[in-house]
Amino acid sequence: MSSKESILAAIQKNKPDLLPLPEHPEFPVEGDLVEQYKSSIKSNGGQALEAKGPEDIRSYLDIHFQDSQMMLSLSTVVEGNFDIALAEDPHDLEHVDLAILEGEWGVAENAAIWLPEERLKHRALPFIAQHLIVLLKKDRLLGNMHEVYQLINVSDSGYGVFIAGPSKTADIEQSLVIGAHGPRSMTVFLLD
Amino acid sequence: MKLPQTHADAAAEFLKDTDRSHWHDDTLWHVRSKRDASAQKIPEWEQLRTLASQIKDHVLSNLDNLLLQFEKNAQANGIEVLWAKDAQEHNEHVLRILEENQVKQLVKSKSILTEECGLNHFLEDKGYDVVDTDLGERIIQFNKQVPSHIVMPAIHLKKKEIGDIFHEHLGTEAGADDPQYLTEAARQHLRQKFIQAHAAITGVNFGIAETGGFVVCTNEGNADMGTHLADIHIACMGIEKLIPRAADLGVFLRLLARSATGQSITNYNSHFHRPRKDKKMYLILVDNGRTKQLGREDFRNSLKCIRCGACMNTCPIYRRSSGFSYNSTVPGPIGSILSPGMDLKKHSTLPFASTLCGSCSDVCPVKINIHEQLYKWRQVITKEGPSQPSKKWAMRFGGKVMSKPKLFDLMGRMARKSLSISPRGFVYNSFNAWGKHRELPEVPKESFKDWYKKNRNK
Repeated sequence: MSSKESILAAIQKNKPDLLPLPEHPEFPVEGDLVEQYKSSIKSNGGQALEAKGPEDIRSYLDIHFQDSQMMLSLSTVVEGNFDIALAEDPHDLEHVDLAILEGEWGVAENAAIWLPEERLKHRALPFIAQHLIVLLKKDRLLGNMHEVYQLINVSDSGYGVFIAGPSKTADIEQSLVIGAHGPRSMTVFLLD
Repeated sequence: MKLPQTHADAAAEFLKDTDRSHWHDDTLWHVRSKRDASAQKIPEWEQLRTLASQIKDHVLSNLDNLLLQFEKNAQANGIEVLWAKDAQEHNEHVLRILEENQVKQLVKSKSILTEECGLNHFLEDKGYDVVDTDLGERIIQFNKQVPSHIVMPAIHLKKKEIGDIFHEHLGTEAGADDPQYLTEAARQHLRQKFIQAHAAITGVNFGIAETGGFVVCTNEGNADMGTHLADIHIACMGIEKLIPRAADLGVFLRLLARSATGQSITNYNSHFHRPRKDKKMYLILVDNGRTKQLGREDFRNSLKCIRCGACMNTCPIYRRSSGFSYNSTVPGPIGSILSPGMDLKKHSTLPFASTLCGSCSDVCPVKINIHEQLYKWRQVITKEGPSQPSKKWAMRFGGKVMSKPKLFDLMGRMARKSLSISPRGFVYNSFNAWGKHRELPEVPKESFKDWYKKNRNK
């Protein structure tokens, strides 16, 4: 008997009688989602800024990323200085200073942003970059995780990720350190 | 035959360092407090716990069908699915994959399952250098230790000790212990390992039956750094980690991080469904005692555990005795009900490492009745397991005395008399294990029975 067969046989022998699978009730979220989102991402070690248009983002980049050698934008709102088409292999992204992405959905309760791989080009991009900026339209903000799972189909993409803040760790005496392996900062621009 | 070290003996070792034990206690209580604050912000928290528990109840009652559905969908996604009945088979699958793909260098993100299977030692014996990439795990790997907590593996170490470890292994400045500085050193070191790795091993937080994909949660992003750069991804998953629907993630992701550390969610929650183009993804489904536990009616629902660690952070025994005192891959209250099912002899003292206060059950996000199961394991162990001789003798004696009212009265009178006149050393000595850390109450002048006789007619 193969391992698969023996495991399944053991389950059939040992499992209890079938118990029902509950339906998901709705848990509506009230209040200002933009404010909730801002407060959530702050707790996760990131920040959210409201932007009226591309010029707000550009001026932010001018102040904070003027020395970036490798700024990679997958957004149509602002341009970078490196074309992702030149990166055939994810290892070519090793020295990316800043990645700018567009999020599909944002979740106010925990700041998570859904990024299916079509929005990343390379799955490694939002992890290997030293800093991360995500643009999100305010009308793409949802209250909680139940709502977002109603709207996305996780298997449409080979890979998708909820990113809720920069790379962080507290493994040394519970001291929070931002920038464990991935981005040392995450800024979300909430666009009208 | 040498009996395995008891939990109490191991805890006594830890408690010798009073400062450290207080610090450990305070640190974990702080995490517990953050969990409370976070949970209290969610009005439907209790409803979510009930839902999570019911979903897992369904999973356990339909596990065979869900596993088949999961396998079918995963295969259709291009994931190679392997089954392992025990740790040995799991490790051999991993080795075969590495050999077939001529992998030389590999990185690994946190996986309690691979700890349970002893994968690192197995691969190291075959000549592989396994690089753990979770910061806490890398620290203890350098220090040749195992995790003392499932979410915070290096919680037993102080930053000064970590500074010394990094000085030795990464060449950081002697005496430097700033967490920011040490984390940066680890970042630089591990980045090289990520860039060079041919294969990445990860655990699995949730397998989704209806879509044939799986979810991995981290704060550091180390699982993603590994898998998206390497050609081979090997995901190791206990068979109980299944959930039926993607929408169930809404419930579990809301509960997991809040229960673990008080965060609203981990910063990275990755959903893997298909390998990258021309790359390979393997998924190993591991039993290793889980189907046996499924057959134990009293202990079955320990398999609902989602490994958040909340029961450890709240446990008065865990906080004061540290993870190592349990000598088990999963320590703390949940480990004390899972591990006896794997090896009753080795872990026979764990169900006694509890005050049965029930706090573990109160914080459990999937509502496992942990403290009731601890009590049930005690009964099983006392009936068949190797109990300590002193305890056995005391119980037998106590049982005899209490079954005979006249003898009980006599013993009571004798005890009241002798205790009130005995010198301290006569009562508190090596024969009185109970009195080692406890004071007897003040000896009353009369028994309750005598007092009642005197007072009932007043």
